[in-house]
Amino acid sequence: MNANAMSNFEIVAREDFSDVTYLLEVRHPLMSKAAKPGQFVIVMLNEHGERIPLTIADFDSKKGTITLVIQAVGKTTRQMQQECRVGTSLYGMVGPMGIPSPISHAKKVVCVGGGLGVAPIFPQARGFKQAGAYVIAVLGFRNKDLVFWEDKFKDCCDELILCTNDGSAGMKGMITDGIKVAMAGHPDIDEVVAIGPPVMMKACADATRAAKIKTMVSVNPIMVDGTGMCGGCRVKVGDQVKFACVDGPDFDGHLVDFDDLMLRLQRYTKVEKDAHERWSESCRMTKQVGPSALDELARGRAPQKELLELPDPFEDAPGG
Amino acid sequence: MAKKKTIRSIPQERTPMREQEPQVRAKNFEEVACGYSLEDALRESERCLMCPDEPCISGCPVGINIPGFIQKIGEKNLRGAYDILTDTNLLPSICGRVCPQENQCEGVCTVGDSLEAVAIGRLERFVGDTALKEGWVNIPYIEPNRYRVGIVGSGPAGMACAADMAKSGCDVTVYEAFHEPGGVLKYGIPDFRLPNTVIDAEINNLKKFGVKFECNTLVGRLFTIEQMIDEMGFHAVFVGVGAGYPTMLNIPGDSLNGVLSANEMLTRCNLMRGRDFPDFDTPMPIGKRVAVVGAGNTAMDATRVSLRLGSEKVYCVYRRSRTEAPARAEEVHHAEQEGVEFHWLTAPVAVLDDGKGGVRGMRCVRMELGEPDESGRRRPVPVAGSEFDFETDLIIYAIGTNANPIMGQTSKLKLNKWGYIGADENLATSVAGVFAGGDIVTGAATVIEAMGAGRRAARSMKAYLGIRDTGLPYVSSEGAGTLFGIDVRERNFARVRIA
Repeated sequence: MNANAMSNFEIVAREDFSDVTYLLEVRHPLMSKAAKPGQFVIVMLNEHGERIPLTIADFDSKKGTITLVIQAVGKTTRQMQQECRVGTSLYGMVGPMGIPSPISHAKKVVCVGGGLGVAPIFPQARGFKQAGAYVIAVLGFRNKDLVFWEDKFKDCCDELILCTNDGSAGMKGMITDGIKVAMAGHPDIDEVVAIGPPVMMKACADATRAAKIKTMVSVNPIMVDGTGMCGGCRVKVGDQVKFACVDGPDFDGHLVDFDDLMLRLQRYTKVEKDAHERWSESCRMTKQVGPSALDELARGRAPQKELLELPDPFEDAPGG
Repeated sequence: MAKKKTIRSIPQERTPMREQEPQVRAKNFEEVACGYSLEDALRESERCLMCPDEPCISGCPVGINIPGFIQKIGEKNLRGAYDILTDTNLLPSICGRVCPQENQCEGVCTVGDSLEAVAIGRLERFVGDTALKEGWVNIPYIEPNRYRVGIVGSGPAGMACAADMAKSGCDVTVYEAFHEPGGVLKYGIPDFRLPNTVIDAEINNLKKFGVKFECNTLVGRLFTIEQMIDEMGFHAVFVGVGAGYPTMLNIPGDSLNGVLSANEMLTRCNLMRGRDFPDFDTPMPIGKRVAVVGAGNTAMDATRVSLRLGSEKVYCVYRRSRTEAPARAEEVHHAEQEGVEFHWLTAPVAVLDDGKGGVRGMRCVRMELGEPDESGRRRPVPVAGSEFDFETDLIIYAIGTNANPIMGQTSKLKLNKWGYIGADENLATSVAGVFAGGDIVTGAATVIEAMGAGRRAARSMKAYLGIRDTGLPYVSSEGAGTLFGIDVRERNFARVRIA
């Protein structure tokens, strides 16, 4: 093992799924060997950047890469969308973090991915398939333009149920409708694994509660270090408080307090929106008038600009 | 030597250290205490009686030759003082600032029996800072051996252990999960107490010893301790990952936005530079009225950081009285000067919701001190019917930390019942070749105790590897490599051979 390979996190491939969703393949041979389904990384774009947790969407120990699928929702993820090109490097990437998802001995499993959650559910679907389970994938997107990795899932799943909110691809309906179809067709489902926006995971957990089907969800709260040190990622699970980064990120969906989770995710919405506005303004200024205007902006004398609409992080929730 | 000093003949008053005015410093992140000038240091060095039984040395967790370095200061031989310090302590600038000297060397100082103790910490800092300013580095002549040592965690325990192992000739690699080395010194202790520039300078010194730092590396998850020994070719491993996992109060309202751990608050501010948001991307929670729960050093840091971030009112809430507060007396004093309002004998019972997911206040109960508990401190008991509410919009818990679970989850290391790594008196763990020390063994303690543990572990590791310590002489940075007229390399080589 060569530990020196860790100082540089080069982006070796990129794919844009839509105007907000993109995939990055980052070189990290050591991590590509260590990563397991359900784990995540913390990424820093540059020296002034914040640390953001991203679920590992795939890993390839032969190529020595880690795949991340990212949705541009805030300042950092938008800046990454703009700056992370093939050949550039991330300032930091640490992981794999969290307890790997337990690939149980379930015989029949439904793997549910909503929106961006479609990416991280993939290694789990593949893991269950390799463990010999009958795997049904339920994937939800808002419309057909946002659909990605359909083929990848077809290759490793026994059944694929694709739902879009507007019916432009697959069946029309919420992701929970897809789960209902799967449950109607298979009375013997042992386990459901759901990854997506909290509101979607909440709906999935509600959909399986009555039938008492074990339902695991992967939470992605705000974190700083990702090593159990800050406590920012605490979630209520049953009557206990857990740290998602070291006690999770997978928890029993029937026990997670999703309302609490969603509230905590909004902790910095206001400041992040401000930061994003400031950043996109400075991008525009650099393009139009050059650095002198940037200086003006830095001194806080920039003219008031119109508010930018940030997409709601929960909006891309085909469920709920 | 000059005439024998007596308690009557020395300067009676301890030499004060210049500080920024409280009102000024409460608005900036510059260092509060400005350090001694040469004149200050000379005067203070006069106060050391050079007593023969040297209680201060035994009071020091790493056993610094304190009278020795103070004598050199008195002789205006600062380089000599630095050489003596670095014999036992490679990080004098850090220790001079953050050690709780009043409980250690200064607590047992003979002068302290009748007057104020000699300001050993301030003198140590003076020498360390002079060395940094002058660019002095004591790089020992290192005879490389064939051993590779891995250190997990780049905090004070890891740094101290790395320094000793590198000095004895091992090839040392330090792994750090964060993107910068330094551990709690970087993320925890704020700049106004320990500037990051000082830490970086000390880390650079270690690099000059040949110590390699690998950041962005979460040992346990990227590779395990066992893999380090079995696959990566390390002959011994030291685990100094700290305690880290913050304790929450478990009272109603704990999970509201606006309640956070001191760890989170300090990491955002210090390491991630949230105080410079939006130049740095990490957002910083800033309250108008901040309540910090706890009265340890971390709590003091949290209150003083809050003031500097512009909070109008900062309260410190502690369930025991001032006498029992675990913080260094100087920290409490500084916080008080800067305008922190202390509420002793007050315990939170609930966090009050503002209806929008945030905090509007805290419900507390008055306490009184009862019988001593197992820690020897008088146990606080709630006063019936004394509950009251007060207004606050940001609550910071600084009530201690628990063991970080990652090592336990990912290795075969035996843990004790509290989840800390089990280690014997030589700091050896249950896995051969793996040693552990610092907070991950003892629970939360001080920087210097962690450094002491790192050095103790280094001693055990050397014994385990069969490395004989020869007390290697320093090669001065100017390259004057002779000692007593003999080339140090030659002399050292001879010693190794004889040994």
